[in-house]
Amino acid sequence: MPATKRNPRHGGIEMARATEKVKWYPGFREITLACFFILYAPLIIVMIYSFNASQSITIWGGFSLHWYEKVFYGVEAAKFKTATVNSLIIAVMAAIVSTVIATAAALAMVRGKAFKGKSLTFGLINLPLMVPEIVTAVATLIFFSVIGFDRGLLSILLAHIVFCIPFAYLPISARLQGISSIYEQAGRDLYATPGQTFRLILFPLMVPGILSGFLLAFIISLDDFIITNFVKGAGVETLPTAIFGAVKQGIKPNIMAISTLMLTVSIVLVSISYLISRMGRQE
Amino acid sequence: MAGLLSSSPANKAEASIVEGRVGLLLLPSWVVIGILLVVPVLIMFVYSFLTQDFRGGVIWTFTLEAYDQFFLDRGLFGDEPPQIEWTYLLIFWRSFIQALFAMIFCLLIGFPTAYFMATSPPQSRSMLLFLVTIPYWVNLLIRTVSMKFLIRDTGPINEWLLAMGMIDEPIRMINTAFAVQLGLFYSYLPFMVLPIYASIERYNFVLSEAAADLYTGRWSTLFRVVIPSVKPGIIAGCILVFIPSLGAFLAPDLLGGAKNFMIGSLVEEQFKGQAGDWPFGAAVSMILLTIIMGILLVYARNQTQSTSRGH
Repeated sequence: MPATKRNPRHGGIEMARATEKVKWYPGFREITLACFFILYAPLIIVMIYSFNASQSITIWGGFSLHWYEKVFYGVEAAKFKTATVNSLIIAVMAAIVSTVIATAAALAMVRGKAFKGKSLTFGLINLPLMVPEIVTAVATLIFFSVIGFDRGLLSILLAHIVFCIPFAYLPISARLQGISSIYEQAGRDLYATPGQTFRLILFPLMVPGILSGFLLAFIISLDDFIITNFVKGAGVETLPTAIFGAVKQGIKPNIMAISTLMLTVSIVLVSISYLISRMGRQE
Repeated sequence: MAGLLSSSPANKAEASIVEGRVGLLLLPSWVVIGILLVVPVLIMFVYSFLTQDFRGGVIWTFTLEAYDQFFLDRGLFGDEPPQIEWTYLLIFWRSFIQALFAMIFCLLIGFPTAYFMATSPPQSRSMLLFLVTIPYWVNLLIRTVSMKFLIRDTGPINEWLLAMGMIDEPIRMINTAFAVQLGLFYSYLPFMVLPIYASIERYNFVLSEAAADLYTGRWSTLFRVVIPSVKPGIIAGCILVFIPSLGAFLAPDLLGGAKNFMIGSLVEEQFKGQAGDWPFGAAVSMILLTIIMGILLVYARNQTQSTSRGH
């Protein structure tokens, strides 16, 4: 990395010290601290208040798991349970389908020779990232309505698969770019068929990227609100739309408990995805 | 994200295992994205020229009415000479300004942060990178709700300030333009830090040393050497903040209330809310999409120009 590059002709350590001095800017450390504070303070405060024993949500009344109990056994428990099950089914299915599609696309894009329309295809795969969510939501709603497609879990799933593809594609193609084609060529030289080469050599090497892509697609699907809100039918809720509906009537403490649970799930999944992709790189 | 951070060279594909199967492997992506995104956008374009049916659907008669309603004011009964309709242009203008300020604030905080991260020792660097990545993946709805909770009239900030005796009555923050601005800034801050970080990490600090050796001041090195070198990252960050801010729905809806309408709320109201005018909603989405594609096109063109110039 250029940051630690030293010129061997000069005294390495002296030079490095000079570089450190040149790199330093007053106030940047403080701004960085402020940035992390801004990013984390609201989340941490919500986490803390979700353990609040008090009936009033802002006055601290001691530690309690009361609101978590409410989430699982309270009046709205059934509603949130159905919504969670819907969210999980959609996220698992959307992540599986989009990961398969993205893996196929990454193989063709990274291992295939240049072909006409390659950059167009790259643009198409990344199109869901470029079109604003609200526009995708409107277009998908109109599309389902024009072709007379029933709005329910299936319409949500189809919409989710589309925007999960680029998120699954990124880590998979990055991983594939990092795998030298020597291995496949060795396999081919030893008379393995392309299918065997893929199954026995390339696929196992790609697994970290594929898992990482799957997890990111899963999180993106689990988190989506705007598109789901448009294409869901009346009465069908996912966790984010159920939370949004509840928040519209005021923030109750059980919302903070649910939020904390969802936060934890996201953080755990991102951490796993991060560890997997780092493991892949160290091999 | 990995794509933003790594740039390993593409492998040579001699006797590649995918030879002859490229089309087959790409078919699912083409079909899925083509049918479920490209076709819907085209249908939306057609829809924006249809006539509104007051029972909530459309009549298949082509008209420019939706665009007329957006740009022109013909009076209550539609028989007065057309004047410019300011209502919707103002919503676009306000969204534009708020997205612009969100971008500026994110840049002011995000650049020093990215710089500090990229210049810290490798071990703490990956830790800091991970810490910025987490909010990027955490549910935007939950982050916005957290912000709403924090700045409410009876939220922790006001309660603490009251308890400390610094204020006598709660500061009104929720349902103001300030809250929307804060929400946008908070939502998209990680989008600014990550690309700038990626380009500062590739920046060769020998250039800064050379500048220092030639008696260039610290700050003029920053503005005349570092920033021009990492400009692609800065521009990418600005686009990643500006575009989602322009079409944002959650921040204006949850933090801004009814008075701080942005484009996203205007569109949503046509489909989910009271207005129920689908062709008009399609036209507004079309106008938003055109603006954003225009920005991306200018960006892409500048990028290819600067690569062909050998940067």
